[in-house]
Amino acid sequence: MPESDSRGTPLATLYQEMILDHYRRPRNKATLPDADVTVERTNPLCGDLIELSLAFDGDHVRAAVWRGQGCSISSASASMMTQAIIGGTCSQARSVAARFGEMLSGDRDAAVDEALGDLRALSGVARYPMRIKCALLPWSALEEGMGRKEG
Amino acid sequence: MTSLAPRSDFPIFATHPGLRYLDSAATSQKPRAVLDAIRSYYGEDNANPHRGAYELSVRATERYHGARERIARFCGVADADCIIFTRGTTEAINLVASAWGRANIGVGDEVIVTGMEHHANFVPWQQIAFEQGARFRICELTSDGRIDLDELRAMLGRHTRVVAFNHVSNALGTINPVREIAELVRERSDALIVCDGAQGAPHLPVDFDSLGVDFYAFSGHKMCGPMGIGALIGRRGTLESMPPYQTGGDMIEFVLDYRTTWNVLPHKFEAGTPNVGGAVGLAAAADYLDSLGMGAVRAHELKLVEMASGALGDLEGVHIYGPPPADRSGAISFTFGDIHPHDLATILDGNGVCIRAGHHCAQPLMRRLGVAATARASFYIYNDESDIEALLGALKHARELFGHAGV
Repeated sequence: MPESDSRGTPLATLYQEMILDHYRRPRNKATLPDADVTVERTNPLCGDLIELSLAFDGDHVRAAVWRGQGCSISSASASMMTQAIIGGTCSQARSVAARFGEMLSGDRDAAVDEALGDLRALSGVARYPMRIKCALLPWSALEEGMGRKEG
Repeated sequence: MTSLAPRSDFPIFATHPGLRYLDSAATSQKPRAVLDAIRSYYGEDNANPHRGAYELSVRATERYHGARERIARFCGVADADCIIFTRGTTEAINLVASAWGRANIGVGDEVIVTGMEHHANFVPWQQIAFEQGARFRICELTSDGRIDLDELRAMLGRHTRVVAFNHVSNALGTINPVREIAELVRERSDALIVCDGAQGAPHLPVDFDSLGVDFYAFSGHKMCGPMGIGALIGRRGTLESMPPYQTGGDMIEFVLDYRTTWNVLPHKFEAGTPNVGGAVGLAAAADYLDSLGMGAVRAHELKLVEMASGALGDLEGVHIYGPPPADRSGAISFTFGDIHPHDLATILDGNGVCIRAGHHCAQPLMRRLGVAATARASFYIYNDESDIEALLGALKHARELFGHAGV
């Protein structure tokens, strides 16, 4: 089997163990009966669907859970995103979201920024334009959810 | 086994030597003959047809007219004026739903489609039924992915106004018994019968005049022709009784200050400057396919599908949707363990194999199958055994990358 794909990118960089682990053992995949906001997002191109529920304690994200169906990239992204934002402030969540977006746009500094933690495992997605939308699906739900909280 | 058409006829395979193109159900590759025909039209005969009194315009008109006659021959249509050129299947079905539907569907009527339709043969009917106050009904499928004819029989009656179904399912590959369905509908109702031939015309011999349907629609780009051209085939009486779909240039007879009369067929349904280059390309595609023989095209795809479903079936964790190879066209929808179809498509692409992953513009079908998406490999005249081997090799690579296929 070829070690790398037609772009010269090793597919193994995209499908890292950590991503597959979050895909097969998703974290915070549940429902949240006392959620403050619940947002549903779909990708009409592929039919992937994510529902994100958030609960706030003042300016802090007290709980973040998700459910839905999607590929390994969107699922791992949702799983890691909830881990990254739980317990932090909304403004911290926003800055992680912004940095994550930069990483997917190909920003190499962002790809090694420790502030992104495990999310850096998704840096390989930047090389696959068709899959960036998958990785961003849960984050677009987060943006909408936090916007609604303020609104 | 070798491909039916020489790959050297298709410039894309020279540009991308390692290309394993298994997505012809989405769009086919184009033979040089088609590209040459389009170039020759624009380079030698281009002018606005039906308008100019000069020779070049006459030549453009003749090329357009000749293309229509060629398509009529390809589809077994005696009356070439009953071929309406459209942008493709989607526009063709919208034309019928809109023009025929607004004039003929009313409160209390029923519009029937099936659970395996592409959105292009589902949404226009759902919407026109809603607009006209009619009841929209969906005929369910059997467990092996065919139209449930017993259910259809029970649904038909004096309220049935339209029955719309595909010749071949784009997602399952199922070949539907068009003639049998048409006879059933005629026996039990006066409904208009509309057949979506987007996956039929490219893969099977089509003889419209003996199919028994009122309308048949297809797209050029899935049958070696260019994008942006397709056709609606109808019956003269029905077409003449219908109001126009779009209005504007070319489709008029006289425009009076407060009233307009319509041009004759086929122009009445072709408003605006027509896609002559597209029609010429489509006619060249018909030449190309007829030179191979549509019977041979079908036989070639059957061999590939038999071979591929056997090989895929041997791979643990593969689940194939739809009927056995003998009843399917050149498409195989499948899932592979817990590897999401999108991940599969990315990994296969990394191995030079192009397949489609997703809902295949058939979300109602995906719900019935109980999945959000499937992977689909589809074959055509330029595919051969080595493409199937490449597909299998890439699937094994996917299984390695995912550690196991979760099976």
